[in-house]
Amino acid sequence: MVFTQLHFSVAAGGAIVLRGPNGSGKTTLLRLMAGLARPVTGQLKWSGAALEDSDAHGKHLRFIGHLDAIKPAFTVRENLTFWRDFWNTGDASRVVDAMEAFGLAALADFPARLLSAGQRHRLALARLIASPAPLWLLDEPANALDDRSLNALTRTIADHRAKGGMVILASHGADLVSGGTTLALDKFTPTEVMQWDET
Amino acid sequence: MSVFTALLSRDLKLALRQSADSLTVIAFFAIATVLFPFGVGPEAEVLSRIAAGVVWVAALLAALLSLDRVFTVDFEDGTLDQLLLNGQSMTLVVLAKVIAHWLTTGVPLIIMSPVLAVTLQLPAEGYGTLVLALLLGTPTVSLVGALGAALVLGARRGGVLLSLLVLPLYIPVLIFGTAAVEAALTGMPSAPMLSILGGFALIAVTLCPFGTAAALRQAAE
Repeated sequence: MVFTQLHFSVAAGGAIVLRGPNGSGKTTLLRLMAGLARPVTGQLKWSGAALEDSDAHGKHLRFIGHLDAIKPAFTVRENLTFWRDFWNTGDASRVVDAMEAFGLAALADFPARLLSAGQRHRLALARLIASPAPLWLLDEPANALDDRSLNALTRTIADHRAKGGMVILASHGADLVSGGTTLALDKFTPTEVMQWDET
Repeated sequence: MSVFTALLSRDLKLALRQSADSLTVIAFFAIATVLFPFGVGPEAEVLSRIAAGVVWVAALLAALLSLDRVFTVDFEDGTLDQLLLNGQSMTLVVLAKVIAHWLTTGVPLIIMSPVLAVTLQLPAEGYGTLVLALLLGTPTVSLVGALGAALVLGARRGGVLLSLLVLPLYIPVLIFGTAAVEAALTGMPSAPMLSILGGFALIAVTLCPFGTAAALRQAAE
């Protein structure tokens, strides 16, 4: 068990920053909220209704984790276009907007296998703009980003919230959101280790 | 349907870009088949007796070679997580992956099979039925194989585990696939065997995608 007695909600336009040492369950919590993992006990609600169907929950959110889901054989543009077509939200022109927002426009027709770690991460983040969804779940989004990209990300998050979007992110360092709630996960680490009752 | 069409066209485009993957499977099919005349000798009589069975077994082994990769690459680079968040239906995702697999390995194997049957001295009456039997049997191979591939996803030495899991399940397809060609060669109607192969495909298409979707969700947790 990673955490217990945790209760929180996020309103439209709101943001939550998950903080805590390694292993405190930031990634686990993000994957739970994405519906990729199931909680042992407790439940998740969307607009007040308990989430039953994890297939349908996917359309509410974008999840950017440690793995970037980039196909090296495709160009930057093809990678983004595929995900836009796959989720089919927002119009096709957003692919170009997304590349511009994260400084990838000049690399549009480069094969993704030539990208550096930071560029790959920006390409993963560009999916947020290419195919919009109300809830963003970002796992350490500041990793491998330079100052300019950090600014771009901060701006993107602010724009998203201004339009009523929600952001929940796990972060160690830089402050990417203003006026968000901070949730320190280490306070919810179970104090008593669960034990098997042999009898 | 955007999930289905986008993913199917992506997988086909990827297969085209990385055509070495499909070519390896076809080359394996060809080499495995051509080994038999060397092993059992060039007598036309012996070879034509075993031709259908050899082509079928080699096709199954070749397909198995490619099944290992159906979900592994997506699993390792994080694509699977995003596919699970498709917002429509995981079954559609699985169907797109399976159809892409069939089009990139099943179809080339079917096209190659008459050429390889020539090297095994298959009598002329058998070719049509062989192709038809493969056409009806290979979708089952892809569907059942994808279920196996999803179940062993993330396991160490998944490839070996996959063959142990999936090959026994191919036995019915193999039996009726070769029996259909056998029937055509002896002048018996092959339609009953072909119908049974079609029946297998229908059962597989209604059951396997749901199981595969559940197994993939489990693998991501």
